Amino acid sequence: MSFELLGEAIIAGVLLGCFYAAVSVGLSVAFGLLDVPQIAHPAFLVLGAYGAYYLGGFGVDPLLAGVLLTPVFFLAGLAVYRFYHATFESRGTDAGLRGLAFFFGIAFIVEVALILIFGVDQRSVEAAYIGKSISLGDVRLPMRMLVAVGVALVLTAGLMLYLSRTFTGRAIKAVAQDQTALALMGADPVRIKQWAFGIATGTCALAGALLIIVAPVEPGLGRLYIGRTFCVAVLAGLGSMPGTLAAGVILGIAESIVLTSLGASWAPAVAFGLLLLVLAVRPAGLFGR
Amino acid sequence: MGRWTKFIVGAVAVLVVALLLARLVSNEYFFFAGYVVLQFVVLATAWNILGGYAGYVNFGSGAFFAVGAYTAVALIKAFAAPLLLQLAAAVLVSGLMGLAIGAMTLRLRGIFFSIATVAIAVICETAVLNWGFVGGARGATVLQPPAPALFASYARLLFVVMSLLAVLAVALARYIEISWIGRGLRAIRDNEEAAESVGVPTLKLKLFAATASGALMGMAGAPFPLYMSFIEPTSAFSLNYAVSALAMPIIGGTASWAGPVIGAVLLGSAQQIVTVTLSSELNVLVLGVLLVAFVVAAPDGILGLVRRLLGKAGAK
Repeated sequence: MSFELLGEAIIAGVLLGCFYAAVSVGLSVAFGLLDVPQIAHPAFLVLGAYGAYYLGGFGVDPLLAGVLLTPVFFLAGLAVYRFYHATFESRGTDAGLRGLAFFFGIAFIVEVALILIFGVDQRSVEAAYIGKSISLGDVRLPMRMLVAVGVALVLTAGLMLYLSRTFTGRAIKAVAQDQTALALMGADPVRIKQWAFGIATGTCALAGALLIIVAPVEPGLGRLYIGRTFCVAVLAGLGSMPGTLAAGVILGIAESIVLTSLGASWAPAVAFGLLLLVLAVRPAGLFGR
Repeated sequence: MGRWTKFIVGAVAVLVVALLLARLVSNEYFFFAGYVVLQFVVLATAWNILGGYAGYVNFGSGAFFAVGAYTAVALIKAFAAPLLLQLAAAVLVSGLMGLAIGAMTLRLRGIFFSIATVAIAVICETAVLNWGFVGGARGATVLQPPAPALFASYARLLFVVMSLLAVLAVALARYIEISWIGRGLRAIRDNEEAAESVGVPTLKLKLFAATASGALMGMAGAPFPLYMSFIEPTSAFSLNYAVSALAMPIIGGTASWAGPVIGAVLLGSAQQIVTVTLSSELNVLVLGVLLVAFVVAAPDGILGLVRRLLGKAGAK
């Protein structure tokens, strides 16, 4: 690979990586901080993408659609966690196997429901910034990727500030460290976790809108993103927001380099390969707690 | 010996019935549907050895199935290997793959293990997609050999072969369950540290369970190319196998070998009927909804429900 090609691959990879960080922040909260086996996260992303597609039919801009759907997803997240806690966490034994099967089943139901409603064909949206690009010297930067980068930075920075500056945010971090201690301080850990899971699910609306802005979506796309989102969340060092951004960029660059050197058909294996590598070498991730 | 007599009589009866059906039933579709149901019996039983007994949830069953199928395809393409050799090779290759995921349990537990199995599934699929020798993304056509002397069609032979494989798989699962291996695996599921500290050889047992589970899944996949006469990665690695292999034991009941068999026979048959009469998407939706419903409301599956009913009746 020539030096020039490598440079272009790295720039494309950084843009792609910010996008991966945006789709993974929710998982960093739900799985990284709360230890919920949220394997349905990518399915919710695809659901968000189809939400943007559906609202796009009424002429709503996909980003605006993502913002509009965020409260809906937030409420859905509250409900899912409440149900999960009541049926699995509070009963204790064997929650691992059954909790996993529960979220796996939910992901599967979302995927099949989308197939039944929208069909298996790829869907895309239209907006002024999709398809255009700006040139910086020799390098062309697609506008849709720049939009993704902007949203990714807003999301990760916003969540980082929220988790470190606000009372509830600190409580969420505390519940991740020691639930009993939080309860002794007079805060209800279950309500805090429910709130955090709502936020995690809420990000899926906006990140899902990004998903369909960046590329056309199909109902089965979630499976591919299981690897990408979990790779980023684990590599980040469960729950760290700057880590999520860094891990996203690492994955983006790795995928972009494989894409240019080996071809597109190998790209899906990169995230999973990297994930296995991280699990084998450093399960605590880059910024592990 | 006593605890095997009944089982062996039952197993022989199943095989005799399968042979008789292959001679007597005239409708070819029956064998196609029956083959699929039996294949799910093997898959569900295999999943349960690692998932149900030891508590390690495998989301990548489809990959083991497909690796078995593609091992068979590679052998057919290379030197037109006979079915028996295809089966043996598939068992070997997917068993080694099982050993590999068994080794991963050293460091990975719970959701990390499960995600790693998804990772292996996607990596295998990508590799097969890029492997031209077995057809790559376009798929490969496999010609069925002429039907052997005793059978009216090749599908009938495969039906009987799959019956035999199902009986073998269930016998192995039953052996594991009632022997010390099963007790050790259950101890691992309930509390791995405690099991290790009282002297259960946890690593050996996990390696054994993962290898057996993987080998059986590959075995279920080996006759698949001949059965379909055509194979392509998307259908061989279909998510449907992964979900079915997990949903059927959970719905049937993971505690005993009968659970996966009940789940696979009931759901497999229902799937065949729903797919033909309604649509295949609706069929997988029903599977997903049933999985969630059982996990939430009846964690011990159909087996648990039946036992509770019998227990209440006995108490009165």
